[in-house]
Amino acid sequence: MRTDTSAVESVFDRLESLLPFVSKPIQYVGGELNSTIKEWDFAGPSTVRWALMYPDAYEVGLPNQGTMILYEVLNERSDALAERTYAVWPDLEKLMREHQVPQFTVDAHRPVGEFDVLGLSFSTELGYTNMLTALDLAGIPLSAAERTIDHPIVLAGGHAAFNPEPIADFIDAAVLGDGEQAVGIITDVIREWKQEGCPGGREEVLFRLSGTGGVYVPSLYDVDYLPDGRIQRVVPNRDGVPRRVSKHTVMDLDEWPYPKKPLVPVAESVHERMSVEIFRGCTRGCRFCQAGMITRPVRERTIEGIGSMVDAGLKATGFEEVGLLSLSSADHSEIAEVTKQLADRYEGTNTGLSLPSTRVDAFNIDLAQELSRGGRRSGLTFAPEGGSERIRKVINKMVTEDDLVRTVAAAYGAGWRQVKLYFMCGLPTETDEDVLQIAELAKRVIQTGREVSGTKDIRCTVSIGGFVPKPHTPFQWVGQTAPEVVDARLAKLRDAIRSDKRYGKAIGFRYHDGKPGQVEGLLSRGDRRVGQVIRAVWEDGGRFDGWSEHFSYDRWMACADQVLADSVVDVNWYTTRERTEEEVLPWDHLESGLDKEWLWEDWQDSLSEDEVEDCRWTPCFDCGVCPQMNTEIQIGPTGRSLLPLAVVPGQGPAGIQTHTHTHTPITGPTAAPAAGQVAAAGPVA
Amino acid sequence: MARQPEGPPPPPVVQKLRLQYAKRGRLRFSSHRDFQRALERAVRRASIPMAYSAGFHPHPRISYANAAPTGTASEAEYIEIALAARCDPEALRTALDSALPDGLDIVDVVEVTAPGVLADRLQASVWQIELFTDTPGEEAAQANDARVRSVVERFLAAERVEVQRMTKNGLRTFDAREAVLRIEVEPSVTSRPGNGCAILSLVVRHNTPAVRPDDVLSAFRAVADFAPPSPPRVTRLAQGLLDEADGSVTDPLVPDRDGGGA
Repeated sequence: MRTDTSAVESVFDRLESLLPFVSKPIQYVGGELNSTIKEWDFAGPSTVRWALMYPDAYEVGLPNQGTMILYEVLNERSDALAERTYAVWPDLEKLMREHQVPQFTVDAHRPVGEFDVLGLSFSTELGYTNMLTALDLAGIPLSAAERTIDHPIVLAGGHAAFNPEPIADFIDAAVLGDGEQAVGIITDVIREWKQEGCPGGREEVLFRLSGTGGVYVPSLYDVDYLPDGRIQRVVPNRDGVPRRVSKHTVMDLDEWPYPKKPLVPVAESVHERMSVEIFRGCTRGCRFCQAGMITRPVRERTIEGIGSMVDAGLKATGFEEVGLLSLSSADHSEIAEVTKQLADRYEGTNTGLSLPSTRVDAFNIDLAQELSRGGRRSGLTFAPEGGSERIRKVINKMVTEDDLVRTVAAAYGAGWRQVKLYFMCGLPTETDEDVLQIAELAKRVIQTGREVSGTKDIRCTVSIGGFVPKPHTPFQWVGQTAPEVVDARLAKLRDAIRSDKRYGKAIGFRYHDGKPGQVEGLLSRGDRRVGQVIRAVWEDGGRFDGWSEHFSYDRWMACADQVLADSVVDVNWYTTRERTEEEVLPWDHLESGLDKEWLWEDWQDSLSEDEVEDCRWTPCFDCGVCPQMNTEIQIGPTGRSLLPLAVVPGQGPAGIQTHTHTHTPITGPTAAPAAGQVAAAGPVA
Repeated sequence: MARQPEGPPPPPVVQKLRLQYAKRGRLRFSSHRDFQRALERAVRRASIPMAYSAGFHPHPRISYANAAPTGTASEAEYIEIALAARCDPEALRTALDSALPDGLDIVDVVEVTAPGVLADRLQASVWQIELFTDTPGEEAAQANDARVRSVVERFLAAERVEVQRMTKNGLRTFDAREAVLRIEVEPSVTSRPGNGCAILSLVVRHNTPAVRPDDVLSAFRAVADFAPPSPPRVTRLAQGLLDEADGSVTDPLVPDRDGGGA
């Protein structure tokens, strides 16, 4: 919170002289298409200024949908501005420290420490050390307790914010769930408080935010522990603070068609396409999937809403590919109509469509063919997640081996030559046999594929990583499988795949070792005592933990041993230990809507290999979300269609084309589509 | 049996245009690949009727030539594009320029009318190197100026100056002197308030391996142990046809303008 009224200067000049010495300098200069810079005081002294950070490298952070949406929503407001900041690579960090250049936004290159709010979006816990780097470079005390009225409110969001306890020392507040409306509520509170002259200082504004019931302020809650290390209770330490904090849920996606103008960087990023979120939430009920549990209920965007976002987004960006994004895109109630009508609309414009997340059934092959009829054909990826039929029942991934083989055979039969299969290792109750079953499955896939396609020239890639139990899921109580066990199983699987010469080269094998998973497990289900481990790792040089070239398992373990030496808890206590039903979990006071008793029953069902259907098509299973959050499933079919994009024939875009040509049109069908092709991408009446 | 793309082959090329563009300000930190991506998106936003290559991954037909290195600005970069419908060059220039980010600016567009390959006309470059003092004041500026002049004299007096640079094929050693046809030095006040700056203007022939401004600076270090006190700012002012006699560089689009009679 800045009380000084002097102008805030751009640090670009100072930064610029460092840029010739760092890798990929373009990532730090800003100026992305569709970015916004507002005057610092454009709404007077009570302007609410947000610095939004995705705590990873620019190339990963820029395409993040959440950050992009909030950036646009906030900048549309008449009382707020938002700029973006990302984790700087160690080469620039070193130079910034030498030359006293603070953490900056890439928009106006204003110092992050001058903003009212620093909002961080955590898709993964592995961004925590990058947050500490940014705070330190910004001149913001790492410890929230040491901050004054002159420092920004450090606010965490994203999926990891559903258990922010490990970073409770470093953040002032956390928001659970959808951000579109939440940032508005927070902006209102801060603006009113500033208009009143900031009464009561930092403590007062945090208290007011907490009073909304939708902002968690860790410093307003005390955690008591039992002698054995478990949590006794988490309770408010001040009157007027809600006992539980609820997640936010946006109910009508069509009312929030963001991003309307997606950011287009000059630098390369990990997603070279634009994305349109076609629905939010998932009720498939996969027990390992935190995203599916915490984003309930399912809320679909309508076919018209999707169509207008795709159209507006392509015009605003010039991207040549559109991803139809969601947790399981083929589950949209009108996905066949959506894909067919979009494919029709963009036929001949060299625009690609993709469904990044699909389930294992033959229907997907039809969709994939529809999407690739323009020519571009991306690889097909399926996620059976578990190798054996038994383990798939445990995790509630309802797909049989026959389903899978039939689906993949259909793909090879339709001309695909390469299929990717995703699995997890270290799932609850898993044995070596469950994992070795993956090899048998892959061999059957190849064998069937060879029969169907009539060629030996087909491949399948098995991609596998370690399972990490997450808060607010039926697996929140399980003991995580130790990394040595995961690694031993992966080695056996690799040998099993490679040993059979008939398939050896047709089956690719990609895996992630179990060590990063254990650190992620520590951070996912940790409590406030883990904060000092994070700090020790950061002080020891820990950065970019999501990057294998920067991640150090040994550093994490050494720091944890040191910090927790005098404690009854250790890394295994947080990770491989199974919890009992009555244990108070660090996130129990944070409300995802899921009924804890239902989660426990689902965990018990999992042990007896009982499956649960999807409540979109079967009766409610009482997970608790809808009554608790006063929400409901919103799905089609609506039966409506995309509005046709009217094309004015022969009218050149922006008058570029000359129509007094001297050349004679070539006979045959090739000349005519030339004009049609341009016009289809051109002006819309 | 290989899968064939469905539908008709892409429409034929009916017009080719040559474009001069500039890379200015903070966009000088963009790499050549960054520019390619930005341009391909800009042609789509501007609805330019590009001709596309055939196949499963059709690409707009754009030829790039001799791009300036990342971190150096340029007033004179060149590309050639092929269109499936005829366009007015100036209208296309305006449309494409406004679809590109500020700092990547389309300077000139001409229709291809003269024979020959564009890359063959890019025989030499005129580079400007701004060498800043790291302390403000007139005295520092004069000292900088005198130092730079003596370094340039020693460089020009040498027959060969071997320098090393890391390339895709590993560390290469080559002569940075022979390709440099001319260097002029002029003192100037800079955009950075207070700090002095000596401005070098170089004409460099396009050899293989290419001698770049940073190679010349490496050569300065080799002959006179000179290291710029703060990062120099490098700009390509022109590239084109080289007159070996007087070391002048002329606009490579002139033959197309003349050939077109427009």
